[in-house]
Amino acid sequence: MSVDSRSLHVLTLTELARGIKEGEFSALELTETLLRRIEAHNPGLNAFITVTGEQALASAEAADKARAAGNAPVLNGLPIVHKDLFCTSGVLTTCGSRMLSDFVSPYDATVVARLKSAGAVTLGKTNMDEFAMGSSNETSWFGPVANPWNRDRSPGGSSGGSAAAVAARLVPAGTGTDTGGSIRQPAALTGTVGIKPTYGRVSRYGMVAFASSLDQAGVITRSAEDAALLLGVMAGFDERDSTSVDQPVPDYLAALGTPLEGLKIGIVRQHFDEGLDPQCAARIRESLEVLRAEGATLVEVDLPNLELSVPTYYVVAPAECSSNMSRFDGVRFGHRAADPEDLLDLYCRSRGEGFGAEVKRRIMTGTYVLSAGYYDAYYLKAQKVRQLIGEDFRNAFGQVDVIAGPTAPTPAFALGEKTDDPITMYLNDIYTIGANLAGNPGISLPCGFAEKLPVGLQLVGPHFAEEKLLNVAHQYQLLTDWHKACPGGFE
Amino acid sequence: MSLTKDQVHHIALLARLKLEESELDDVVDKLSRIVDFVDQLQAAPTDGVVPMAHPLDQSQRLRPDVVSETIDREAIQANAPLVRDGFYLVPKVL
Repeated sequence: MSVDSRSLHVLTLTELARGIKEGEFSALELTETLLRRIEAHNPGLNAFITVTGEQALASAEAADKARAAGNAPVLNGLPIVHKDLFCTSGVLTTCGSRMLSDFVSPYDATVVARLKSAGAVTLGKTNMDEFAMGSSNETSWFGPVANPWNRDRSPGGSSGGSAAAVAARLVPAGTGTDTGGSIRQPAALTGTVGIKPTYGRVSRYGMVAFASSLDQAGVITRSAEDAALLLGVMAGFDERDSTSVDQPVPDYLAALGTPLEGLKIGIVRQHFDEGLDPQCAARIRESLEVLRAEGATLVEVDLPNLELSVPTYYVVAPAECSSNMSRFDGVRFGHRAADPEDLLDLYCRSRGEGFGAEVKRRIMTGTYVLSAGYYDAYYLKAQKVRQLIGEDFRNAFGQVDVIAGPTAPTPAFALGEKTDDPITMYLNDIYTIGANLAGNPGISLPCGFAEKLPVGLQLVGPHFAEEKLLNVAHQYQLLTDWHKACPGGFE
Repeated sequence: MSLTKDQVHHIALLARLKLEESELDDVVDKLSRIVDFVDQLQAAPTDGVVPMAHPLDQSQRLRPDVVSETIDREAIQANAPLVRDGFYLVPKVL
Protein backbone atom coordinates (compact mmCIF):
# COMPACT_ATOMS: atom_id res chain seq x y z
CA MET A 1 0.00 0.00 0.00
CA SER A 2 1.48 3.35 -1.05
CA VAL A 3 -1.00 5.65 0.72
CA ASP A 4 -1.13 6.05 4.49
CA SER A 5 -4.65 5.03 5.51
CA ARG A 6 -4.58 7.72 8.22
CA SER A 7 -4.78 10.43 5.55
CA LEU A 8 -7.47 8.92 3.32
CA HIS A 9 -10.13 11.25 4.75
CA VAL A 10 -8.60 14.32 3.10
CA LEU A 11 -8.97 12.89 -0.41
CA THR A 12 -11.89 13.78 -2.67
CA LEU A 13 -14.21 11.19 -4.15
CA THR A 14 -12.40 11.46 -7.49
CA GLU A 15 -9.03 10.85 -5.81
CA LEU A 16 -10.43 7.96 -3.77
CA ALA A 17 -11.90 6.35 -6.90
CA ARG A 18 -8.47 6.40 -8.53
CA GLY A 19 -6.78 4.97 -5.41
CA ILE A 20 -9.21 2.07 -5.10
CA LYS A 21 -9.07 1.34 -8.81
CA GLU A 22 -5.27 1.25 -8.82
CA GLY A 23 -5.09 -0.83 -5.65
CA GLU A 24 -3.32 1.82 -3.54
CA PHE A 25 -5.78 1.01 -0.75
CA SER A 26 -8.87 -1.14 -0.43
CA ALA A 27 -12.48 -0.08 0.00
CA LEU A 28 -12.39 -1.88 3.33
CA GLU A 29 -9.39 0.13 4.60
CA LEU A 30 -11.10 3.32 3.50
CA THR A 31 -14.39 2.41 5.17
CA GLU A 32 -12.66 1.43 8.41
CA THR A 33 -10.70 4.69 8.43
CA LEU A 34 -13.82 6.80 8.00
CA LEU A 35 -15.89 4.83 10.52
CA ARG A 36 -13.13 5.46 13.07
CA ARG A 37 -13.21 9.18 12.27
CA ILE A 38 -16.99 9.26 12.64
CA GLU A 39 -16.70 7.55 16.02
CA ALA A 40 -14.08 10.04 17.17
CA HIS A 41 -15.60 13.27 15.84
CA ASN A 42 -19.35 12.79 15.62
CA PRO A 43 -20.05 13.21 19.36
CA GLY A 44 -18.87 16.83 19.07
CA LEU A 45 -20.86 17.51 15.89
CA ASN A 46 -24.05 15.41 16.10
CA ALA A 47 -24.01 15.13 12.30
CA PHE A 48 -25.30 11.53 12.26
CA ILE A 49 -28.58 10.05 13.41
CA THR A 50 -27.57 6.50 12.45
CA VAL A 51 -24.15 5.04 11.61
CA THR A 52 -24.46 1.87 9.53
CA GLY A 53 -21.04 0.42 10.33
CA GLU A 54 -21.74 -3.27 9.77
CA GLN A 55 -23.56 -2.81 6.48
CA ALA A 56 -20.81 -0.43 5.34
CA LEU A 57 -18.07 -2.97 6.04
CA ALA A 58 -20.02 -5.66 4.19
CA SER A 59 -20.54 -3.35 1.16
CA ALA A 60 -16.86 -2.43 1.21
CA GLU A 61 -15.84 -6.10 1.15
CA ALA A 62 -18.21 -6.65 -1.75
CA ALA A 63 -16.61 -3.68 -3.54
CA ASP A 64 -13.14 -5.14 -3.08
CA LYS A 65 -14.36 -8.45 -4.48
CA ALA A 66 -15.94 -6.72 -7.46
CA ARG A 67 -12.63 -5.01 -8.21
CA ALA A 68 -10.74 -8.30 -7.92
CA ALA A 69 -13.25 -9.91 -10.28
CA GLY A 70 -12.81 -7.06 -12.76
CA ASN A 71 -16.41 -5.86 -12.72
CA ALA A 72 -16.23 -2.75 -10.55
CA PRO A 73 -19.04 -0.23 -11.17
CA VAL A 74 -18.38 3.51 -11.46
CA LEU A 75 -18.57 4.39 -7.73
CA ASN A 76 -17.05 1.13 -6.51
CA GLY A 77 -16.20 1.35 -2.81
CA LEU A 78 -16.77 5.11 -2.57
CA PRO A 79 -18.19 6.25 0.78
CA ILE A 80 -21.36 8.33 1.05
CA VAL A 81 -23.93 9.32 3.65
CA HIS A 82 -27.64 9.98 3.15
CA LYS A 83 -29.77 12.71 4.63
CA ASP A 84 -32.19 10.92 6.94
CA LEU A 85 -35.23 11.56 4.75
CA PHE A 86 -34.09 9.22 1.99
CA CYS A 87 -35.71 5.85 2.58
CA THR A 88 -33.09 3.16 3.14
CA SER A 89 -34.26 -0.43 3.19
CA GLY A 90 -33.95 -2.01 6.63
CA VAL A 91 -32.39 1.13 8.12
CA LEU A 92 -33.95 3.76 10.39
CA THR A 93 -35.34 6.71 8.38
CA THR A 94 -36.40 9.36 10.90
CA CYS A 95 -36.60 12.68 9.00
CA GLY A 96 -35.19 14.19 12.20
CA SER A 97 -38.61 13.77 13.80
CA ARG A 98 -40.05 12.13 16.87
CA MET A 99 -42.89 11.10 14.55
CA LEU A 100 -40.62 8.69 12.66
CA SER A 101 -38.06 8.02 15.39
CA ASP A 102 -38.53 4.26 15.04
CA PHE A 103 -39.51 4.04 11.35
CA VAL A 104 -37.51 1.43 9.43
CA SER A 105 -38.06 1.86 5.72
CA PRO A 106 -39.19 -1.27 3.83
CA TYR A 107 -37.60 -0.03 0.57
CA ASP A 108 -34.82 2.14 -0.91
CA ALA A 109 -35.36 5.59 -2.41
CA THR A 110 -34.39 5.70 -6.10
CA VAL A 111 -31.40 7.93 -5.27
CA VAL A 112 -30.20 5.43 -2.66
CA ALA A 113 -30.76 2.46 -4.97
CA ARG A 114 -28.89 4.08 -7.88
CA LEU A 115 -25.89 5.02 -5.76
CA LYS A 116 -25.85 1.58 -4.16
CA SER A 117 -25.95 -0.26 -7.45
CA ALA A 118 -23.12 1.98 -8.70
CA GLY A 119 -21.02 0.57 -5.84
CA ALA A 120 -21.21 3.40 -3.28
CA VAL A 121 -20.81 2.40 0.38
CA THR A 122 -23.33 4.01 2.76
CA LEU A 123 -21.76 4.97 6.09
CA GLY A 124 -24.92 6.27 7.71
CA LYS A 125 -27.86 8.65 7.84
CA THR A 126 -27.36 12.30 8.65
CA ASN A 127 -29.10 14.73 10.96
CA MET A 128 -31.43 17.38 9.54
CA ASP A 129 -34.09 19.89 10.43
CA GLU A 130 -37.32 18.04 11.18
CA PHE A 131 -38.89 16.98 7.86
CA ALA A 132 -36.44 19.42 6.19
CA MET A 133 -38.30 22.39 7.68
CA GLY A 134 -35.63 24.73 8.94
CA SER A 135 -32.49 26.62 7.93
CA SER A 136 -30.26 25.92 10.93
CA ASN A 137 -30.58 22.23 11.85
CA GLU A 138 -32.04 23.29 15.19
CA THR A 139 -35.53 21.84 14.62
CA SER A 140 -34.26 18.22 14.69
CA TRP A 141 -35.74 15.95 17.37
CA PHE A 142 -32.19 14.57 17.67
CA GLY A 143 -30.67 17.93 18.59
CA PRO A 144 -28.80 20.57 16.57
CA VAL A 145 -25.69 19.88 14.47
CA ALA A 146 -22.56 21.92 15.21
CA ASN A 147 -20.64 23.68 12.45
CA PRO A 148 -17.10 22.19 12.23
CA TRP A 149 -15.67 25.68 11.63
CA ASN A 150 -17.03 26.88 14.98
CA ARG A 151 -19.10 24.61 17.16
CA ASP A 152 -21.19 27.45 18.57
CA ARG A 153 -22.42 28.17 15.05
CA SER A 154 -25.12 26.55 12.98
CA PRO A 155 -24.07 24.49 9.95
CA GLY A 156 -27.20 25.75 8.19
CA GLY A 157 -30.09 23.55 7.20
CA SER A 158 -31.95 21.58 6.52
CA SER A 159 -29.20 19.27 5.15
CA GLY A 160 -26.86 20.40 7.95
CA GLY A 161 -25.75 16.90 9.01
CA SER A 162 -24.52 15.97 5.53
CA ALA A 163 -22.79 19.37 5.16
CA ALA A 164 -21.07 19.15 8.57
CA ALA A 165 -19.94 15.56 7.94
CA VAL A 166 -18.43 16.48 4.55
CA ALA A 167 -16.78 19.67 5.90
CA ALA A 168 -15.26 17.76 8.84
CA ARG A 169 -13.77 15.15 6.46
CA LEU A 170 -15.84 12.35 8.03
CA VAL A 171 -17.04 11.41 4.54
CA PRO A 172 -16.32 12.86 1.08
CA ALA A 173 -19.97 13.20 0.01
CA GLY A 174 -23.51 13.27 1.30
CA THR A 175 -26.94 13.48 -0.25
CA GLY A 176 -29.26 16.33 0.57
CA THR A 177 -32.57 17.80 -0.44
CA ASP A 178 -33.32 21.39 -1.31
CA THR A 179 -36.83 22.87 -1.10
CA GLY A 180 -35.82 26.50 -0.44
CA GLY A 181 -32.04 26.32 -0.13
CA SER A 182 -31.53 23.28 2.10
CA ILE A 183 -28.51 21.99 0.13
CA ARG A 184 -26.95 25.28 -0.98
CA GLN A 185 -27.20 27.24 2.29
CA PRO A 186 -25.59 24.57 4.52
CA ALA A 187 -22.91 24.07 1.82
CA ALA A 188 -22.19 27.82 1.98
CA LEU A 189 -22.08 27.87 5.79
CA THR A 190 -19.71 24.88 6.02
CA GLY A 191 -17.37 25.64 3.10
CA THR A 192 -18.55 22.74 0.93
CA VAL A 193 -20.06 22.37 -2.55
CA GLY A 194 -23.81 21.79 -2.80
CA ILE A 195 -25.85 21.36 -5.96
CA LYS A 196 -29.63 21.50 -6.33
CA PRO A 197 -30.51 20.22 -9.80
CA THR A 198 -33.42 21.31 -11.99
CA TYR A 199 -36.84 20.30 -10.66
CA GLY A 200 -37.54 16.79 -11.99
CA ARG A 201 -33.89 16.00 -12.83
CA VAL A 202 -33.43 13.60 -9.88
CA SER A 203 -36.17 11.23 -8.73
CA ARG A 204 -38.14 12.10 -5.60
CA TYR A 205 -39.28 8.50 -5.12
CA GLY A 206 -38.56 7.43 -1.55
CA MET A 207 -37.58 10.94 -0.52
CA VAL A 208 -40.03 11.89 2.24
CA ALA A 209 -42.03 14.80 0.84
CA PHE A 210 -42.14 18.31 2.30
CA ALA A 211 -43.32 20.53 -0.59
CA SER A 212 -43.65 18.39 -3.69
CA SER A 213 -43.48 21.14 -6.34
CA LEU A 214 -40.23 22.47 -4.85
CA ASP A 215 -38.36 19.45 -3.40
CA GLN A 216 -35.31 18.28 -5.31
CA ALA A 217 -32.47 15.94 -4.33
CA GLY A 218 -28.80 16.76 -4.79
CA VAL A 219 -25.38 16.29 -3.23
CA ILE A 220 -22.90 17.97 -0.94
CA THR A 221 -19.23 17.33 -1.73
CA ARG A 222 -15.88 19.08 -1.44
CA SER A 223 -15.38 19.69 -5.16
CA ALA A 224 -17.49 20.41 -8.23
CA GLU A 225 -15.83 17.44 -9.92
CA ASP A 226 -17.15 15.10 -7.21
CA ALA A 227 -20.62 16.61 -7.53
CA ALA A 228 -20.51 15.97 -11.30
CA LEU A 229 -19.48 12.34 -10.71
CA LEU A 230 -22.38 11.68 -8.32
CA LEU A 231 -25.03 13.64 -10.18
CA GLY A 232 -24.34 11.57 -13.28
CA VAL A 233 -25.38 8.48 -11.31
CA MET A 234 -28.32 10.04 -9.45
CA ALA A 235 -30.01 11.93 -12.29
CA GLY A 236 -32.37 10.52 -14.86
CA PHE A 237 -35.94 9.48 -15.53
CA ASP A 238 -37.78 7.37 -12.95
CA GLU A 239 -41.18 5.92 -13.69
CA ARG A 240 -41.96 5.93 -9.98
CA ASP A 241 -41.84 9.73 -9.69
CA SER A 242 -44.74 11.35 -11.53
CA THR A 243 -42.81 14.62 -12.00
CA SER A 244 -39.56 12.99 -13.10
CA VAL A 245 -38.38 14.47 -16.41
CA ASP A 246 -37.69 12.11 -19.27
CA GLN A 247 -34.57 13.70 -20.74
CA PRO A 248 -31.16 12.14 -21.37
CA VAL A 249 -28.53 12.76 -18.68
CA PRO A 250 -25.46 14.48 -20.14
CA ASP A 251 -21.93 13.39 -19.25
CA TYR A 252 -21.32 15.94 -16.50
CA LEU A 253 -17.65 15.01 -16.06
CA ALA A 254 -16.95 15.45 -19.78
CA ALA A 255 -18.33 19.01 -19.62
CA LEU A 256 -15.80 20.10 -16.98
CA GLY A 257 -13.07 21.16 -19.39
CA THR A 258 -14.91 24.04 -21.05
CA PRO A 259 -13.00 27.38 -20.91
CA LEU A 260 -14.83 30.42 -19.47
CA GLU A 261 -13.99 32.57 -22.50
CA GLY A 262 -17.18 34.21 -23.73
CA LEU A 263 -19.34 33.09 -20.80
CA LYS A 264 -21.89 35.73 -19.80
CA ILE A 265 -22.41 35.92 -16.04
CA GLY A 266 -25.40 37.83 -14.70
CA ILE A 267 -24.90 39.93 -11.58
CA VAL A 268 -28.22 40.63 -9.90
CA ARG A 269 -28.57 44.25 -8.79
CA GLN A 270 -30.96 43.29 -5.99
CA HIS A 271 -28.42 40.85 -4.50
CA PHE A 272 -26.22 43.66 -3.27
CA ASP A 273 -28.97 45.64 -1.55
CA GLU A 274 -28.87 46.11 2.21
CA GLY A 275 -29.17 42.78 3.99
CA LEU A 276 -26.00 41.29 2.52
CA ASP A 277 -23.12 41.24 4.99
CA PRO A 278 -20.38 43.62 3.66
CA GLN A 279 -17.62 41.03 4.06
CA CYS A 280 -19.67 38.42 2.20
CA ALA A 281 -20.32 41.00 -0.54
CA ALA A 282 -16.56 41.62 -0.81
CA ARG A 283 -15.84 37.87 -1.18
CA ILE A 284 -18.50 37.55 -3.88
CA ARG A 285 -17.07 40.52 -5.83
CA GLU A 286 -13.56 39.06 -5.56
CA SER A 287 -14.73 35.69 -6.89
CA LEU A 288 -16.52 37.40 -9.78
CA GLU A 289 -13.22 39.12 -10.64
CA VAL A 290 -11.52 35.71 -10.78
CA LEU A 291 -14.10 34.54 -13.32
CA ARG A 292 -13.86 37.78 -15.29
CA ALA A 293 -10.07 37.52 -15.48
CA GLU A 294 -10.54 34.09 -17.12
CA GLY A 295 -12.58 35.55 -19.96
CA ALA A 296 -16.12 35.68 -18.60
CA THR A 297 -18.19 38.83 -19.11
CA LEU A 298 -20.14 40.29 -16.19
CA VAL A 299 -23.56 41.68 -17.09
CA GLU A 300 -25.96 43.40 -14.69
CA VAL A 301 -29.44 41.85 -14.61
CA ASP A 302 -32.59 42.39 -12.57
CA LEU A 303 -34.72 39.97 -10.59
CA PRO A 304 -37.38 42.58 -9.71
CA ASN A 305 -39.52 40.24 -7.61
CA LEU A 306 -36.64 38.82 -5.57
CA GLU A 307 -37.99 40.30 -2.34
CA LEU A 308 -41.37 38.63 -2.87
CA SER A 309 -39.79 35.19 -3.23
CA VAL A 310 -39.67 34.57 0.53
CA PRO A 311 -43.35 35.43 1.27
CA THR A 312 -44.39 33.51 -1.88
CA TYR A 313 -42.47 30.49 -0.66
CA TYR A 314 -44.01 30.74 2.81
CA VAL A 315 -47.45 30.35 1.28
CA VAL A 316 -46.71 27.67 -1.34
CA ALA A 317 -44.38 25.48 0.75
CA PRO A 318 -46.56 25.33 3.90
CA ALA A 319 -49.65 24.69 1.74
CA GLU A 320 -47.99 21.65 0.15
CA CYS A 321 -46.53 20.68 3.53
CA SER A 322 -49.94 20.63 5.18
CA SER A 323 -51.20 18.23 2.48
CA ASN A 324 -48.13 15.98 2.59
CA MET A 325 -48.01 15.79 6.38
CA SER A 326 -51.61 14.62 6.58
CA ARG A 327 -50.32 11.07 5.98
CA PHE A 328 -49.05 10.97 9.55
CA ASP A 329 -52.14 9.75 11.36
CA GLY A 330 -50.83 7.52 14.14
CA VAL A 331 -52.39 4.52 12.41
CA ARG A 332 -50.26 3.23 9.55
CA PHE A 333 -46.77 4.27 10.70
CA GLY A 334 -45.14 6.76 13.02
CA HIS A 335 -45.85 7.94 16.52
CA ARG A 336 -49.18 6.97 18.10
CA ALA A 337 -50.49 8.63 21.25
CA ALA A 338 -51.27 6.37 24.21
CA ASP A 339 -54.86 5.61 25.28
CA PRO A 340 -56.81 7.67 22.71
CA GLU A 341 -60.39 8.58 23.68
CA ASP A 342 -61.62 8.34 20.10
CA LEU A 343 -60.34 8.58 16.52
CA LEU A 344 -60.13 12.39 16.53
CA ASP A 345 -58.17 12.33 19.77
CA LEU A 346 -55.85 9.70 18.28
CA TYR A 347 -55.11 11.90 15.24
CA CYS A 348 -54.74 15.15 17.16
CA ARG A 349 -52.57 13.86 19.99
CA SER A 350 -50.38 11.60 17.82
CA ARG A 351 -49.62 14.58 15.58
CA GLY A 352 -49.39 17.09 18.44
CA GLU A 353 -46.84 14.89 20.24
CA GLY A 354 -45.02 13.60 17.15
CA PHE A 355 -44.29 16.93 15.45
CA GLY A 356 -42.04 19.72 16.74
CA ALA A 357 -42.94 23.42 16.91
CA GLU A 358 -41.68 24.50 13.46
CA VAL A 359 -43.41 21.62 11.65
CA LYS A 360 -46.67 22.44 13.46
CA ARG A 361 -46.33 26.12 12.48
CA ARG A 362 -45.87 25.20 8.83
CA ILE A 363 -48.76 22.74 8.83
CA MET A 364 -51.01 25.38 10.39
CA THR A 365 -49.82 28.15 8.04
CA GLY A 366 -50.61 25.82 5.13
CA THR A 367 -53.96 24.86 6.57
CA TYR A 368 -54.83 28.54 7.01
CA VAL A 369 -53.86 29.66 3.48
CA LEU A 370 -55.79 26.75 1.94
CA SER A 371 -58.88 27.11 4.13
CA ALA A 372 -62.26 28.27 2.86
CA GLY A 373 -62.26 32.00 2.11
CA TYR A 374 -58.48 32.37 2.11
CA TYR A 375 -57.45 30.18 -0.85
CA ASP A 376 -57.68 32.94 -3.49
CA ALA A 377 -56.12 35.61 -1.30
CA TYR A 378 -53.09 33.55 -0.34
CA TYR A 379 -52.48 30.37 -2.33
CA LEU A 380 -53.69 31.49 -5.74
CA LYS A 381 -52.08 34.90 -5.27
CA ALA A 382 -48.77 33.26 -4.34
CA GLN A 383 -48.87 31.01 -7.43
CA LYS A 384 -49.37 34.14 -9.57
CA VAL A 385 -46.39 35.88 -7.98
CA ARG A 386 -44.48 32.63 -8.46
CA GLN A 387 -45.21 32.91 -12.18
CA LEU A 388 -43.72 36.44 -12.14
CA ILE A 389 -40.63 35.15 -10.37
CA GLY A 390 -40.31 32.45 -13.05
CA GLU A 391 -40.57 35.15 -15.74
CA ASP A 392 -37.83 37.17 -14.02
CA PHE A 393 -35.49 34.19 -14.35
CA ARG A 394 -36.51 33.55 -17.98
CA ASN A 395 -35.83 37.20 -18.82
CA ALA A 396 -32.46 37.13 -17.08
CA PHE A 397 -31.42 33.95 -18.90
CA GLY A 398 -32.32 35.63 -22.17
CA GLN A 399 -29.31 37.87 -21.52
CA VAL A 400 -26.82 35.69 -19.62
CA ASP A 401 -25.66 32.06 -19.32
CA VAL A 402 -25.59 31.87 -15.53
CA ILE A 403 -26.37 34.15 -12.60
CA ALA A 404 -23.74 34.53 -9.87
CA GLY A 405 -24.17 35.97 -6.39
CA PRO A 406 -24.28 35.18 -2.69
CA THR A 407 -25.80 31.94 -1.37
CA ALA A 408 -26.63 33.32 2.08
CA PRO A 409 -26.75 36.88 3.46
CA THR A 410 -24.28 36.17 6.29
CA PRO A 411 -21.71 33.55 7.27
CA ALA A 412 -22.77 30.88 9.79
CA PHE A 413 -24.89 32.43 12.56
CA ALA A 414 -24.83 31.34 16.21
CA LEU A 415 -26.95 28.40 17.35
CA GLY A 416 -29.99 29.89 19.11
CA GLU A 417 -29.55 33.29 17.43
CA LYS A 418 -32.61 33.13 15.15
CA THR A 419 -34.90 30.66 16.89
CA ASP A 420 -37.13 33.30 18.50
CA ASP A 421 -38.33 34.86 15.28
CA PRO A 422 -39.41 32.62 12.38
CA ILE A 423 -39.25 35.54 9.91
CA THR A 424 -35.57 36.27 10.64
CA MET A 425 -34.85 32.59 10.03
CA TYR A 426 -36.92 32.51 6.82
CA LEU A 427 -35.12 35.55 5.36
CA ASN A 428 -31.87 33.64 5.53
CA ASP A 429 -33.00 31.85 2.33
CA ILE A 430 -33.69 35.00 0.30
CA TYR A 431 -31.04 34.26 -2.37
CA THR A 432 -31.82 30.54 -2.74
CA ILE A 433 -35.63 30.31 -2.71
CA GLY A 434 -36.16 31.82 -6.17
CA ALA A 435 -34.47 28.88 -7.91
CA ASN A 436 -36.87 26.47 -6.17
CA LEU A 437 -39.95 28.48 -7.07
CA ALA A 438 -38.83 28.67 -10.71
CA GLY A 439 -37.43 25.10 -10.85
CA ASN A 440 -33.91 26.22 -11.83
CA PRO A 441 -30.66 24.46 -10.87
CA GLY A 442 -28.26 26.13 -8.43
CA ILE A 443 -24.88 25.36 -6.90
CA SER A 444 -23.02 26.85 -3.95
CA LEU A 445 -19.23 26.73 -3.72
CA PRO A 446 -16.72 28.10 -1.21
CA CYS A 447 -15.26 31.50 -2.21
CA GLY A 448 -13.39 32.72 0.86
CA PHE A 449 -13.91 33.62 4.49
CA ALA A 450 -15.54 36.29 6.63
CA GLU A 451 -14.62 36.35 10.34
CA LYS A 452 -12.93 32.93 9.88
CA LEU A 453 -16.19 31.43 8.59
CA PRO A 454 -16.73 30.19 5.01
CA VAL A 455 -18.64 32.24 2.42
CA GLY A 456 -20.54 30.62 -0.45
CA LEU A 457 -20.81 31.78 -4.07
CA GLN A 458 -24.05 30.72 -5.70
CA LEU A 459 -24.46 30.04 -9.42
CA VAL A 460 -27.97 29.61 -10.84
CA GLY A 461 -28.62 28.45 -14.40
CA PRO A 462 -31.48 27.92 -16.85
CA HIS A 463 -33.44 24.66 -16.58
CA PHE A 464 -31.17 21.63 -17.21
CA ALA A 465 -27.97 23.72 -17.23
CA GLU A 466 -26.29 21.58 -14.54
CA GLU A 467 -23.36 20.94 -16.92
CA LYS A 468 -22.69 24.65 -17.18
CA LEU A 469 -22.93 25.26 -13.42
CA LEU A 470 -20.62 22.35 -12.64
CA ASN A 471 -18.12 23.49 -15.26
CA VAL A 472 -18.03 27.12 -14.06
CA ALA A 473 -17.64 25.88 -10.47
CA HIS A 474 -14.88 23.49 -11.54
CA GLN A 475 -13.03 26.21 -13.50
CA TYR A 476 -13.21 28.44 -10.41
CA GLN A 477 -11.82 25.62 -8.28
CA LEU A 478 -8.91 25.14 -10.69
CA LEU A 479 -8.01 28.79 -10.05
CA THR A 480 -8.63 28.94 -6.29
CA ASP A 481 -8.03 26.83 -3.18
CA TRP A 482 -10.98 27.82 -0.99
CA HIS A 483 -12.59 24.38 -1.38
CA LYS A 484 -9.45 22.76 0.04
CA ALA A 485 -9.56 24.68 3.32
CA CYS A 486 -10.17 22.35 6.26
CA PRO A 487 -11.69 23.38 9.60
CA GLY A 488 -9.23 23.31 12.53
CA GLY A 489 -9.13 20.01 14.44
CA PHE A 490 -10.31 17.97 11.46
CA GLU A 491 -7.10 17.92 9.36
CA MET B 1 -51.87 40.14 16.57
CA SER B 2 -53.52 39.26 13.26
CA LEU B 3 -54.84 35.90 14.53
CA THR B 4 -56.90 35.29 17.66
CA LYS B 5 -56.64 32.32 19.99
CA ASP B 6 -59.98 31.09 18.72
CA GLN B 7 -58.79 31.21 15.12
CA VAL B 8 -55.64 29.29 16.02
CA HIS B 9 -57.71 26.66 17.83
CA HIS B 10 -59.86 26.29 14.73
CA ILE B 11 -56.83 25.99 12.40
CA ALA B 12 -55.26 23.42 14.75
CA LEU B 13 -58.45 21.37 14.69
CA LEU B 14 -58.59 21.49 10.88
CA ALA B 15 -54.95 20.36 10.84
CA ARG B 16 -55.66 17.63 13.42
CA LEU B 17 -53.05 18.99 15.82
CA LYS B 18 -53.53 19.04 19.57
CA LEU B 19 -51.86 22.11 21.05
CA GLU B 20 -50.98 22.25 24.72
CA GLU B 21 -52.22 25.33 26.63
CA SER B 22 -48.56 26.07 27.42
CA GLU B 23 -47.62 26.39 23.73
CA LEU B 24 -50.71 28.35 22.64
CA ASP B 25 -49.46 31.92 23.24
CA ASP B 26 -46.25 31.20 21.34
CA VAL B 27 -48.18 29.64 18.43
CA VAL B 28 -50.59 32.60 18.21
CA ASP B 29 -47.66 35.05 18.26
CA LYS B 30 -45.50 33.28 15.66
CA LEU B 31 -48.33 32.29 13.35
CA SER B 32 -49.55 35.91 13.38
CA ARG B 33 -46.08 37.12 12.42
CA ILE B 34 -45.98 34.63 9.53
CA VAL B 35 -49.42 35.70 8.29
CA ASP B 36 -48.43 39.39 8.52
CA PHE B 37 -45.25 38.61 6.61
CA VAL B 38 -46.95 36.80 3.73
CA ASP B 39 -49.63 39.53 3.61
CA GLN B 40 -47.14 41.71 1.67
CA LEU B 41 -48.05 39.59 -1.38
CA GLN B 42 -51.42 41.35 -1.52
CA ALA B 43 -49.73 44.52 -2.84
CA ALA B 44 -48.11 42.73 -5.81
CA PRO B 45 -49.80 43.56 -9.13
CA THR B 46 -50.89 40.23 -10.65
CA ASP B 47 -53.84 41.16 -12.90
CA GLY B 48 -53.97 38.79 -15.84
CA VAL B 49 -51.13 36.61 -14.52
CA VAL B 50 -51.73 32.86 -14.89
CA PRO B 51 -50.93 31.06 -11.63
CA MET B 52 -47.93 28.74 -11.96
CA ALA B 53 -49.05 25.12 -11.97
CA HIS B 54 -45.65 23.55 -12.59
CA PRO B 55 -42.18 25.13 -12.77
CA LEU B 56 -41.39 23.41 -16.10
CA ASP B 57 -44.89 23.83 -17.53
CA GLN B 58 -45.32 20.09 -17.73
CA SER B 59 -48.51 18.14 -17.34
CA GLN B 60 -48.99 15.01 -15.29
CA ARG B 61 -47.82 11.83 -16.99
CA LEU B 62 -50.40 9.04 -17.40
CA ARG B 63 -49.78 5.31 -17.36
CA PRO B 64 -51.89 2.30 -18.27
CA ASP B 65 -54.19 1.23 -15.44
CA VAL B 66 -52.48 -2.08 -14.74
CA VAL B 67 -50.91 -3.50 -11.59
CA SER B 68 -47.23 -2.59 -11.54
CA GLU B 69 -46.27 -2.91 -7.88
CA THR B 70 -46.87 -5.59 -5.30
CA ILE B 71 -47.17 -4.86 -1.60
CA ASP B 72 -45.59 -7.02 1.05
CA ARG B 73 -48.19 -6.43 3.74
CA GLU B 74 -46.14 -7.89 6.55
CA ALA B 75 -43.11 -5.75 5.80
CA ILE B 76 -45.27 -2.63 5.48
CA GLN B 77 -47.19 -3.31 8.69
CA ALA B 78 -43.99 -3.88 10.64
CA ASN B 79 -43.99 -0.08 11.02
CA ALA B 80 -47.61 0.17 12.18
CA PRO B 81 -48.12 0.97 15.86
CA LEU B 82 -51.09 -1.41 16.26
CA VAL B 83 -52.19 -4.23 13.92
CA ARG B 84 -54.01 -7.51 14.34
CA ASP B 85 -54.52 -10.22 11.71
CA GLY B 86 -53.29 -7.86 9.00
CA PHE B 87 -55.69 -5.06 9.99
CA TYR B 88 -54.83 -1.63 11.35
CA LEU B 89 -56.54 -0.98 14.68
CA VAL B 90 -58.16 2.34 15.57
CA PRO B 91 -60.50 3.37 18.41
CA LYS B 92 -64.12 2.34 17.88
CA VAL B 93 -65.83 4.65 15.37
CA LEU B 94 -69.32 3.14 15.18
